[in-house]
Amino acid sequence: MNDNPLIALAGYFALLSLFAVGGANAAIPEMHRIAVEVMHWMSDRQFADSFAISQVSPGPNIIIVTLIGYHVAGLAGAAVATAAMCGPTCVLAFLVARTWDRFKEARWRIAIQAGLVPVSLGLIAASAFVLARSADHNIYAAAITAITAIVGFATRINPLWIFAVGGLLGLSGWV
Amino acid sequence: MSASNAQSSSTAIRPKLSELFRAFVIVSISGFGGALPWARRMIVDQRRWMTAEEFNEAFALSQFLPGPNVVNFSVVFGSRFGGAPGAAVALAGLMGPPLIIVTILAVLYARFGDLEVLGRILAGITAAATGLLIAVVAKMATPLFGKRWDWAPLVAIAAFIGVAIMQWPLPLVFAVLAPVSVACAWMTR
Repeated sequence: MNDNPLIALAGYFALLSLFAVGGANAAIPEMHRIAVEVMHWMSDRQFADSFAISQVSPGPNIIIVTLIGYHVAGLAGAAVATAAMCGPTCVLAFLVARTWDRFKEARWRIAIQAGLVPVSLGLIAASAFVLARSADHNIYAAAITAITAIVGFATRINPLWIFAVGGLLGLSGWV
Repeated sequence: MSASNAQSSSTAIRPKLSELFRAFVIVSISGFGGALPWARRMIVDQRRWMTAEEFNEAFALSQFLPGPNVVNFSVVFGSRFGGAPGAAVALAGLMGPPLIIVTILAVLYARFGDLEVLGRILAGITAAATGLLIAVVAKMATPLFGKRWDWAPLVAIAAFIGVAIMQWPLPLVFAVLAPVSVACAWMTR
């Protein structure tokens, strides 16, 4: 692998952007695998912190790549990582959007759409697993995760309230 | 501007580029924990640029494409109303403000990330955010696993095991499972 971190960032995230069916949430395990385990760009905790910051920031959750990029190579890293993660998929979206309506009823299109749903479900479940392993290092953190999962499933509460409670419990030393 | 190939919306209100930009700026800075509900409110309810059906169709396309869904949606929506300049403007509006905010947060984290207090707060937020992600998975899994047990749950479980347990690279898992899953979907229709 090339020594220049900008080239590595660009290569990994551009590739990842084309395989992340299900969006940012589906790409978390691969980002973790590359940033923590393969490239050793950041620690497990720094990755989990970046995820937390991306969740409480406004805008698309994919913004976590900006944080990883900044951590690796400063402002240039942030710019390169974000452009690499959004660029290929935006070009693809632009090209497909022009022809999409023509294939609305096509059988192959319906099959692709139906076939990708379970793949992205499995990937997002894997994200939850990877994050739980990083975050739930004691019984209290695991309890917060479990309770939040139930509340999130059963209600339509604004996530900001849940993040606020989680942050306060963390601040008070429970996590 | 290649507006000639853009389809007209049945709601017949065509946004100008500056309006597109402003709309996506508002969506991006309101959209904590997912920008979709905000995009729907802005585009369908407030500006009436699309009907609910048109929105759903455009969003289905954005989800079907790889990469961040809302980012794809901004490109699909922008190009429909303003060609390439429309797509660029919508994307810039969606990504611009969050990029500035997150870059500031990244600078602050680089300086104060070692503070124990900050670490504890972020650990609490991560634990909560992980729970919310589990809730998303549960909501997605309910229709898939609730029906007759067929290929779809097996594909989801295989993707989970490959990525989470075996820790295989995502492109590899995708290259094996996606064709199998699409073939199964093809045959069961």
